[in-house]
Amino acid sequence: MELTDIAIKFGLIIVIFLISLVVAMYSTYAERKIAAFFQDRMGPNRAGPGGMFQPLADGMKMFMKEEIIPTNATPFLFIVGPSLAILTACIGSAVIPWGQNFVIGDKIIPLQVTDINVGILYIFGVVSLGVYGVMIGGWASNNKYSLLGAIRAASQNISYEISMGLSIIALLLVTGTLSLGEIAQQQHGWHWNVIYQPVGFILFLVCAFAETNRTPFDLPECETELVGGYHTEYSSMKLGFYLFAEYINMFISSAVMATLYWGGYNYPGMDWVTAHVGPVIGPLIGTAVFFAKIFAFIFFFMWVRWTIPRFRYDQLMDLGWKILIPLAIANIVVTGIVITLLN
Amino acid sequence: MSTFYFIAFLSIFFSILVISAKNPVHSILYLILTFFTFTIHYILMNAQFLAIVNFIVYMGAILVLFLYTLMLINLNKESEPVKPFMVKIAAVFGGGILAVALVSSLKSLGVSDPVVLKNPELGLVKNLGKVLFNEFLLPFEVSSVLLLSAMVGAVLLATKDPKEPKVTI
Repeated sequence: MELTDIAIKFGLIIVIFLISLVVAMYSTYAERKIAAFFQDRMGPNRAGPGGMFQPLADGMKMFMKEEIIPTNATPFLFIVGPSLAILTACIGSAVIPWGQNFVIGDKIIPLQVTDINVGILYIFGVVSLGVYGVMIGGWASNNKYSLLGAIRAASQNISYEISMGLSIIALLLVTGTLSLGEIAQQQHGWHWNVIYQPVGFILFLVCAFAETNRTPFDLPECETELVGGYHTEYSSMKLGFYLFAEYINMFISSAVMATLYWGGYNYPGMDWVTAHVGPVIGPLIGTAVFFAKIFAFIFFFMWVRWTIPRFRYDQLMDLGWKILIPLAIANIVVTGIVITLLN
Repeated sequence: MSTFYFIAFLSIFFSILVISAKNPVHSILYLILTFFTFTIHYILMNAQFLAIVNFIVYMGAILVLFLYTLMLINLNKESEPVKPFMVKIAAVFGGGILAVALVSSLKSLGVSDPVVLKNPELGLVKNLGKVLFNEFLLPFEVSSVLLLSAMVGAVLLATKDPKEPKVTI
């Protein structure tokens, strides 16, 4: 690996990291604006034009607030909890293909940090690791509500991981590869996986809601029963990290869904556009389309949050174990039979 | 090679911490770190699939369940079982004998003989799948039956006996 390659990778990682943070920051603003729209209110409109600087003001407030570590908490783990949450949220973006390869001169610059050939499983592993931040934080707070929230998060994550994994297996039968870069390439020209795997996509979507702890599955922070759930004892930026991690998770899972099922950076008429605008602008348009898909998914997350009420905990478990898992297994069997018959 | 020694040192270090930690939750957290170092070992051996499966299954699922169970148990000092003195002596004695047996067996084993794989890319998903589903199909399927029977057993233990009268509140 040459020095320029390393520099390019390094730059790409920093850019993706910054983009995730900015998107997460402005997701909080979008969330409040969308909530306001759904409830016929104005939403934040004081800081800057149309409340544009509200996330900056919120971030400043989070940093400036007094840090409190409860007397009975385990201090080290109390800090490790939110750090792990934000770490696992950020490392997921490493395998996502953000666009087609750039060709500048004779140099090919891939818009993907690394294309390991177990890309999907890597994402899956990062998702399953995400629960540790919540669990450790909830336990270290030494508060019964936090502990209950942490335990709920753990059992919810494990239950929904199973159907998520099973829905991914059906997708793998169709694509025949585990690398996200190849999956994005295969969907070129309307071969979007959502057409071949509609049930799998819906299963994945439901599980993504559960894994990111979004309403209607945000039982770990159900404030009517658990005060604040796992982050009851948290204040200042440590609380901010938990909330931020949720928005980054939402961004990453939207990107994963767009890559796996909705064609990634592919769009109709792509070849024609690329032939007309050249090899530099073309991939950029693809990346813009990819981001448009991501934002559509983020909007969907928020739309659901302000439309559907929260589940009861037993309903959540029933949905996961008695509906989603059998459905996912049936999906695998049907996909397998269809593929065998067609070949 | 130096990476291997560093990671191997970390594995042993964390596994010693697992058994020496006073708080069971801490020892589970050290166990998570130990499994993470195992994942790095697999990557060093170019066994990507095993690495990621170890990551998902052990770190992501089984240890979460361990933590989950431990968090539900009351871990106060008062509820700790007090073992009689004789049991402790017996435990030390038994452990010592095990150590002697291990050391002597390791000594008779001689120097390590590194196995060189015929195909260095064996650990990649494609090759591993081909080997599993061609050469080792029968053991693979039999082990899945084993897992299924364990699952059925767990469900059987968890559900109540239908003959018992239902408790109405």
